Amino acid sequence: MKNILTLLLAFFSTMALAQVQKGDLLIKNGTVLTVTNGTLENTDVLVRDGKISRIGKDLRAPRGVETVDATGKFVMPGIIDAHSHIAGSAINEGTSQVTAEVSMEDVVDPLDVGIYRALAGGVTSIHLMHGSANVIGGQNETMKLRYGTMNPDELRFEGAPRTIKFALGENPTRGGRSRGIQPQSRMGVENMLRTSFTQAIAYGKKWDAYNADKSPRKVAPEYDLRMQTLVDIMNGDVLVHCHSYRADEIYMLMKVFSDFNIPKLTFQHANEAYKVAPELAAFGASASVFADWWAYKLEVYYSTAYNAAILTNNGVLTSINSDSGELIRHLFHEAAKTQKYGELTDDQALALITLNPAKQLGIDNRVGSIEVGKDADIAIFEGHPLSVYTVPLMTFIDGVKYFDKSIDKGDARIYVGPESSISEVMIYDRHNDHRCLEGANVMAFEELFSNKK
Amino acid sequence: MIREMKNIRTLFAAFLMLAIVPLMSLAQEDDQVLRARNGKFALTNAKIYTVTNGIIENGTIIIDNGIIVAVGADVKIPADAEVFDYKGKEIYPGMIDGGTTLGLAEIGSISEANDFQEFGQLTPQMQALTAVNPNSTAIPVTRVSGVTTVWTMPRGGVLSGTAATINLFGYTPDQMFAGSKGIVMNFPSTAGGRRFRRLSPEEVKKRQDRALKTVNDAWDKAELYAKLENSDEVRSYPEIEALVPVVKGEMMLFIEANAAKDIVATIAWVKERGYKKVILTGVSEGWRVADQIAESGIPVITGPVQAIPTRDSDSYDAAYANPGIMSKAGVKVALRTMDSENVRNLPYHAGFAAAYGMGREEALKAITINAAEILGIGDKVGSIEVGKQANIFVATGDPFETATKITDLFIDGYKVPMTSRQIRLYDEFLNRTPGVDKDKKAIDIKKK
Repeated sequence: MKNILTLLLAFFSTMALAQVQKGDLLIKNGTVLTVTNGTLENTDVLVRDGKISRIGKDLRAPRGVETVDATGKFVMPGIIDAHSHIAGSAINEGTSQVTAEVSMEDVVDPLDVGIYRALAGGVTSIHLMHGSANVIGGQNETMKLRYGTMNPDELRFEGAPRTIKFALGENPTRGGRSRGIQPQSRMGVENMLRTSFTQAIAYGKKWDAYNADKSPRKVAPEYDLRMQTLVDIMNGDVLVHCHSYRADEIYMLMKVFSDFNIPKLTFQHANEAYKVAPELAAFGASASVFADWWAYKLEVYYSTAYNAAILTNNGVLTSINSDSGELIRHLFHEAAKTQKYGELTDDQALALITLNPAKQLGIDNRVGSIEVGKDADIAIFEGHPLSVYTVPLMTFIDGVKYFDKSIDKGDARIYVGPESSISEVMIYDRHNDHRCLEGANVMAFEELFSNKK
Repeated sequence: MIREMKNIRTLFAAFLMLAIVPLMSLAQEDDQVLRARNGKFALTNAKIYTVTNGIIENGTIIIDNGIIVAVGADVKIPADAEVFDYKGKEIYPGMIDGGTTLGLAEIGSISEANDFQEFGQLTPQMQALTAVNPNSTAIPVTRVSGVTTVWTMPRGGVLSGTAATINLFGYTPDQMFAGSKGIVMNFPSTAGGRRFRRLSPEEVKKRQDRALKTVNDAWDKAELYAKLENSDEVRSYPEIEALVPVVKGEMMLFIEANAAKDIVATIAWVKERGYKKVILTGVSEGWRVADQIAESGIPVITGPVQAIPTRDSDSYDAAYANPGIMSKAGVKVALRTMDSENVRNLPYHAGFAAAYGMGREEALKAITINAAEILGIGDKVGSIEVGKQANIFVATGDPFETATKITDLFIDGYKVPMTSRQIRLYDEFLNRTPGVDKDKKAIDIKKK
């Protein structure tokens, strides 16, 4: 009996743990960069049960609610990275050129210390993406960086739309060449896309016919998760985020989506998106780009750091992402570079790493700005976040504090593997940090299933 | 009749040409080639950050034939000087990056476009300067951000090659050469493997011992060679010969060491060998052993500053704080990006170092005078002083801030055009003509 009670207790406590924690909080007297409503000086933000409940002057903290003094400090919405590979224990499912059936939700690693390092850069949400080895890759996972749990499910952005990775250009064609299969050219990439969607339409029709058939003797068609995911894309239930660089391939995908009547599309990297900015705007496609990475391969040789500014000025919804465990720690600085390269305003620059990526991920009703009713995902900075001298001080998700510089203890690991050694040293090299950009080759087996994207 | 027709046609063609030619020349003006020029220049009314002699609030700089001939608040402007009024602007010495592969690497993933690594472990005689492509697209992209001089270096192996300082303007490697060279050595590392292939401590030790033996054999031979040099019996042995100037204290030796253990081992190795002009590079974990580095008196070129800490157990800002910790301990510190195409971010690496403990003044020194002195060109560049080469940029404010614009640039006294391929693409595509083709519905969809 006692054993059963203990078991029951353990069961309920696990359930309680899986419940996402929500906080109450009053941030006093900060300079609030709302993104949607300009800059509010000497303003308070009240958080109740994980949501922003009031924004105004001289708000009083309700009984028992902790106050954070933000006098002289800057308060901004938590940063959102629309392209990340931190917290992923695997990245590429390289066994086929179409792997729509796999999902990053199965490989979330809540122990990655990279999560804490991103929080220390004011980041609250990431889009954990599949790699770019195949034309139609796996499904991605939109996450909140609730560091400190062993349970991957607690990092989910509950209610976020499903998304999937596509890839064009050198990465999938290099994979095709090294394996002696299609695609080996940008012609093959287009053919693969059209063939896949055509197959999916046929698959969808079989199910439609089955569902319409009232006869009791009907036999269900074989269920195919890969095909079903493509049907879901065409129904608008899964948002496509496509790895791409060159203007011609970007244009090609818009034509394919146009023909298959798929409405929503975000181009990832999109170094040459600036060349087809009017077409992107007309289609309503958006772009998630680097601030200044280029020249690491031929298809990014004709890049310009003015990409984000050209796109923004042409009316294309644009975000700046990291695709890197290093850059993710200073996305505020990456966004600030658009003031050098194209003179974007403070609000435009801040939107690139908050509201705009939120829109691209379909979570802008929840995050991306400081507004009453939105999730209390907030970052506090010493100095304006677009200044090079700024220092992130605190990061909150759902009103709960996940980073506080003043009590940072250095070693932020929550689990130390028995095989790990404290003297193990890895030297950072930016050119090995191209995560999903490289890695379309068929590599050594261990490399293919490693963290190199 | 036919002939007449032909004549009329010729006439018509000629007429057409007459009509078109002015249009063509107009189009050419749009696309005109911008050239650098030198001469006698007076840069007036600016706030001048000399770096070595403080700040001049409202000062003038006179440049004559590539050299700074006057700096100050009360400088007489020569009658024949071309005057540039920089009222409201700030003038700085050109920034210097202490470690790059600029000019040696054009497109990362294409091995044919990379010339910074030669075959073999012992290749110190390989000359980076030989492989510098003066027409690399990344060079203008870099200099318009105010970086005027870089250390461009071979990589890989144990003794990678001979690096050189280059100014980022010129049409031949010799025109670009900024005056110093040094041998690049990678100290046998204890850093373990790659992420997907961790090495066991035994494997690391074995690998390190093997590399250390290679290093010591080479330097033993070089020391012997230095003694025998005048003998006719010595046969040509270029990789050892290249090390002799280091042994004799005539050439700089740059030793890459990053893990704390390796830094300490390098310091001991240098002391034992007694080499004079040694510089520590990388030094990612310098903050762990800052006092020992300071005590050795060996200067440091560290970076990138925007980097992931070397150990999972390290604080998230270890790399940001590293330059400041070393500098406060008394180490002479210069910074590097260790980049090729994004050397333009050097001021931002310095900005991060400044924000995380180094302070702005020291960070500015780290990418100007300190870098110049450590790289052996402190008498030529790195500050705004009379007699120095005119490597100067003009900015709308603090060059570490991203909102600041670099408006003018002088390298070796040449006023270099403020353009690059990335700027030209911006000019062409900001308002593209023609824009979207409204009649073609190729990308139209029925919105759901």
